[in-house]
Order: sequence, then structure tokens, then C-alpha cells
Amino acid sequence: MEQDVLIELSGIRKSYDGKTDVIESFDLQIREGEFVTFLGPSGCGKTTILRMLGGFEKPTSGNIYLEGRDISQLPPHIRPINTVFQKYALFPHLNVYENVAFGLKMKKLPKEEIEKKVQHALEIVDLVGFEKRSISTLSGGQQQRIAIARAVVNEPKVLLLDEPLSALDYKMRKEMQLELKNMHKKLGITFVFVTHDQEEALTMSDKIVVMADGEIQQVGTPEEIYNEPANVFVADFIGESNIFNGTMTGDRRAAFAGAEFACVDDFEIGKKIDAVIRPEDVKIVEKGAGQLDGVVTSADFKGTFYITFVQCGQYEMEIHCLKEYPTGTEVGLFVAPDMIHIIPYDTTKNTFEGEILHYDKDTGLRVSFGDITWDIDYRKLYPDAVDQNGVLKDGNGTAIAVEGRKFIASFAPYEARLHDEESKGTITGTIVLFYYIGDHYSYTVRSKTEEDYVVDDEYLWNQGDFVGVEIPQDAVNYRLMEDDS
Amino acid sequence: MKLTFLEKKHLVIPYAVFLLLFVILPLVVVLYYGFTDGNGNLSFENFIVFFSGTKTMGTLVYSLVIAVITTVVCLLIAYPVAYILAKGAYCRKHSFLMIFVLPMWINFTLRITALKEILSVLEGNLAYYPFVNTIICMVYDFLPFMIMPLYNSLSKLDSSLLEASADLGATSAKTLWHVILPLSVPGIVSGVTMVFLPAMTNYVVLDMVYNSTYIMGSLIGSYFSAYDWNNGSVISAILLMLIGFFTMFTGRVAGEKEVARS
Repeated sequence: MEQDVLIELSGIRKSYDGKTDVIESFDLQIREGEFVTFLGPSGCGKTTILRMLGGFEKPTSGNIYLEGRDISQLPPHIRPINTVFQKYALFPHLNVYENVAFGLKMKKLPKEEIEKKVQHALEIVDLVGFEKRSISTLSGGQQQRIAIARAVVNEPKVLLLDEPLSALDYKMRKEMQLELKNMHKKLGITFVFVTHDQEEALTMSDKIVVMADGEIQQVGTPEEIYNEPANVFVADFIGESNIFNGTMTGDRRAAFAGAEFACVDDFEIGKKIDAVIRPEDVKIVEKGAGQLDGVVTSADFKGTFYITFVQCGQYEMEIHCLKEYPTGTEVGLFVAPDMIHIIPYDTTKNTFEGEILHYDKDTGLRVSFGDITWDIDYRKLYPDAVDQNGVLKDGNGTAIAVEGRKFIASFAPYEARLHDEESKGTITGTIVLFYYIGDHYSYTVRSKTEEDYVVDDEYLWNQGDFVGVEIPQDAVNYRLMEDDS
Repeated sequence: MKLTFLEKKHLVIPYAVFLLLFVILPLVVVLYYGFTDGNGNLSFENFIVFFSGTKTMGTLVYSLVIAVITTVVCLLIAYPVAYILAKGAYCRKHSFLMIFVLPMWINFTLRITALKEILSVLEGNLAYYPFVNTIICMVYDFLPFMIMPLYNSLSKLDSSLLEASADLGATSAKTLWHVILPLSVPGIVSGVTMVFLPAMTNYVVLDMVYNSTYIMGSLIGSYFSAYDWNNGSVISAILLMLIGFFTMFTGRVAGEKEVARS
């Protein structure tokens, strides 16, 4: 292990009901003195990870090492880790001084030492003179500071902060962000911060861990996360972005949004890709002078810039620019090669391992994959076979053992459709992730059996919606797997 | 519906009548008899008789002892029960709560009679342990009144406070002492009030378990059955004052905690 690694999470898995995993195989190293932020939408598991660090939850499997020692099974009161809780969790029956002194009192420190340390902690959070005040007389921001003082007074190795700023108003939050950052520098303690606010994460952190759906999507510095998103989810979640499906057409050339662009990322020709362009990286030029032409559909003033939407054929591009272009203006759009970030398309989407159940000469092959069991024409899996009195034979006339044969089934996201009536769907599930790609939304629907289906749809649905997914029989492609018997 | 005649404020009339007839009037009657002699003259004689008589004072002390022990035993049993019900991970905690509250659906004398049968089987003869039996029956009778307010108070307890306590290095025992107990004081106070006061006067239980010692309730009963309204009333008045002081005191303690919590 490296010298300055303070915390190591290795192979963490957490399941509350024994069936579905909230956290799946989570690995992460946190260095001494680092400001690490777990960032992700609600329900992504970031708080669960924090609670495991604090000792309030135990991982179902995997280990948490602090300075090389496994602490995953230790109760919270033994860990040299303190937490600032989301709603502060200050003790209402104690005053400010007693709250801050609580941890030191538990350690049975001498009274004079407690007094000195509490005084120092109150200095750090700038609340000297509030010792005798009752918690209920403090404002939200002051309670927040007391909660921080109560944690840092114990001089923990790690300070955990569970969305501590979410209850504050905008201005107060901005102020506390800076103060926390300064405090981190001054104290030199490792901070582990949880938030769903990407701006907060970008402002404060040394290292951001973007999470979705119980898994790490990307780990990196704020700059890396913003400029080089590892996948479409990160690109969409962090900052504003235009995302388009496309294909590599040549050496550092890609086609998307109805045009061809030069880019700096190199992938093999013909490869499916997603192109990410930040709104501030698009230049509005004379019509015909850029790669794309379009019409301005809206321009909203945002203080320092205009959010301008330009419709280019069926694709929509969001642009942040300093000049106002009236609605209806015909413009050209130019994107420099190094402003296009290419992400290879995830080919494992909508790919399922299946099994042939049996063959019937009237109904065909009964196959099962994902949550689907249906009958298909045998020619889809055995193009050369013929049916002889209900038995499938190959070109040489030998019978084929179809039962139990494994195959791969896949379908393209745009072939499937979402329905709010369950009965119309081939399968049903809950939307767990979605993002906007140029001219449509991409939804990930998770069924009860934890299979994920990716569906393109032009209409807006919400995370958590229970939907039916209609998958046309013809849209599914089948490929036999190598027979390993 | 027409409310021209019957305005909203007129809805108070039924309760006002009830209050006058069954609360205020009896109080006035009790005070009148307490402060007069047999001929209707103003007198403090009844008070002097009560506080100078060894028998009456002995009854007061005995009543207090029974009430205190009943309350303490109830609290000791009810607190862990209420805590487990409020904070335990049982998915059917309402059913468990029901089990403890269900006896209240059955007539009180019926319950005591049933308990008496069980005790007489265990002890052979109930007359051997009149005091212990009194306490057992009292506790059995009043336990739900202690559990309910404690349960209410503990289930309102924010569990993040317990996590914060553990996070700051407190063991479970220390969390109980420094966080849970202080924050459940309002529940303890209302539970104690609901058990202590009735336990001082409930002489039916004593009768039923053949405990021949008098408590305050039985003393009042015996005076009244001898048509001595004055001495009966003065004891009622004394009890009233005791209860008044007790409620004022506990109310203040609970009030302080309530302010600190909000």
C-alpha cells in the first residue's frame, strides 16, 4: 500500500434486503489530507458509503482500511472519524458549550483541557461567546458551524460531511463552501464530503467521485471530471452538455448531429460513439461558416451570458454566449476539434445472455433472456437448419440439440418504446437513469430482476417512474454462443 | 345546514354545562364540607384532626409508599419495553404495542380477579403477601399508562442524535444516560403523573387482594359510608392539593425540557 493512503475501500458491497445491491463492488483510495467529494443523484449510494465509513452501516462484504487496519466491523464510537450530519443532529437538551464538549467528555479529558479545546473549536467556526446559548436560539448557519465544531474538536483523522449545506439558503451556502475549504486547509484533516450539487463538488474538492446507481462512474480532479467525462452519464450530470450519438468516419473525424466534425480523440473507423460538447465551447458564426447551420429558438439572459438554443434540423444545441441572438436568427455553429469530447459507445447495453428452452414445430423456438420468454422463428438462431417432422436438422441432416443452448440477444435502444401502461410493455421496470442526447432522451429502465434496459424516447419521463418497455420481437437480434460442451 | 341560530361558539354549551355540573360543583361541595364542621360553621378542625391523627397520617404515608413503589416498578418495566417498541427494528411494532395495551380493553376488576387466581395458585394463600400482591396488581393495572407516553416520547426521538452520540465516542450505555434519558423526560413525567396519582387512591385493588391496610381512597370511602361528609371531604381536599403540587412541579420540569427541545 502507498505511504499516504489513509482510507482504502476494497470490494465493498452493501445490500439491505439480501436481494438488491445498493452498492456494488466499490473500490476507492483516499489520501491523507484530501478533500474528497462523493457526487451523485439521490439514491446513488453516496450516503451509504459515508455511513459505512462512519460505522453506522456495515458492508455486506468487502473491507474498509484506515491506515492499513480493517475497521469495517468496528462500532462508530471506536473509530477516529467524526461526522457532520445532514440535519446537524445537535443535542437539543445541551447548550452550545456542552454540545461541542460532548465528545471530549466521553473521552474523559480533564476539565481545563476540554475548556481550552472547545474554546479553540469555537474560534475556528467563529462563534466565540455563544457558549451558554441554547441550540434552539441559533440560526441554521450557526447550528451548522456548531455541528462542525462539535466534530473537529475531537481532532479526528477523517471528517465526514453528509450534505451539510443542503439546508442553508443560497448565499449562506456559498459562504460556507469557502469557509469549509479554508477550514480544510487550516486543519489538515481528511474531508469526505457528500453532495448532489455538482457546483458545490467542483468548487470545493481535490478529488470527486461521481456515483450513480451504487457504482463509481468516474474518479478525478474537478478539471478531469468536467473536461474529460468518462461516460455519458458523467458528461450529463456535471455541468451542462450537448450529447449526440454518432460514428467515427475517419482519422480523428466523427459524424454526429447531421454533420462531420474534426476531433482530437482517435478511435477505429465505424465505431459508435457519443460526442460531448459543452455549451460554452460552441461558437456562433455567420450562416454557412461553421459545421452546422440552424435557427435560434430561444435566448435567455442569465446574468453573465445568454443561454441560446439553436435548432439544427432535428438536433438541438445549447450554447452559452455573450451576445444576444434574437429568436429566429439563422446562424452557423462552429466547434473547434479540441472542444469535442468523444466517448466510445457502451456496447454492453441491451445485451442479454439467453437460453433455448425447447422447440415446437408450430410455435417455433421458445427462448428466454432477460425478463423475456417468447417463441421465435428457428431461422433467427439457425439460419441453415430445416424442420423435419418437428425436429431441427442441420445441412447434413443431423438433428441439432437445441435445448439448453446459450445465445446472446440484443436490441438497439431506439427500437424500444416506453409506455405508462404496464400491460403495453414487454417488460416493466423503474427508470433509474436518464439523460438528454441531442434530439432524444436515453432512459435506463431496471426491472424487478435487476436487468437494465436502455430505451431511447423523445418524451420526458422522470427518474423513479414505473414504466412498461415495449420491445418489438423483430427488433431483437440473436447470436448463438460457442457451445462449450 | 343553517347555523344562524346555532353559531359556532354555542357549540361550547354542552361542555360548559358538563364542566359546571361534574367538575366545578363537586369541587365547591368538597371544599365547603372540608372547611365546615357538622353544623355548617367555618372551621379548620377537620384539617387538625387529619394531621394530628397517627392513623390518618399513617394512611397517608402508606399510600405514598404504595404509589411510589408502583410508579418506580412501572417505570423500570415500561422504559425498556417502550424503547424496544419505539426504536426496535420490528416490522410489526404496532402489533406488539397492541399486546401491551390490549388488557385495557378488559374490565379492570375482571383483570384483577384473573390475576388474583394466578397469584393464589402460585402463592397458595393470597393473605400471606398482601403488600407484594397489591404492588403486583397495581403495576399490572397501570403499566399501559406508563408505556404509552414513554413510547410516544421515545418514538419522536431523532435517531440521528443517537448516531451523533456514538460518532462522538459514546458507548450505548453513555448514549442512554447522556442523550436518550434526558430527552425522554417529558414522557417520563407524564407517565409518572398518570400512574402515581391513581395509585395513591385506588383502594379497590387492596380490597380485592385482601390487603386490609387503609390507603387514602379507602379512608375517604370509610368516612363517606359513615355519612361523615366533613372528614371525608377534607381528605379529598388534601389529596387534591397534593396532586396540584405534584402536577405543578412535574409540569415545570417537563416544560423546561420542552422549551429546550424546540
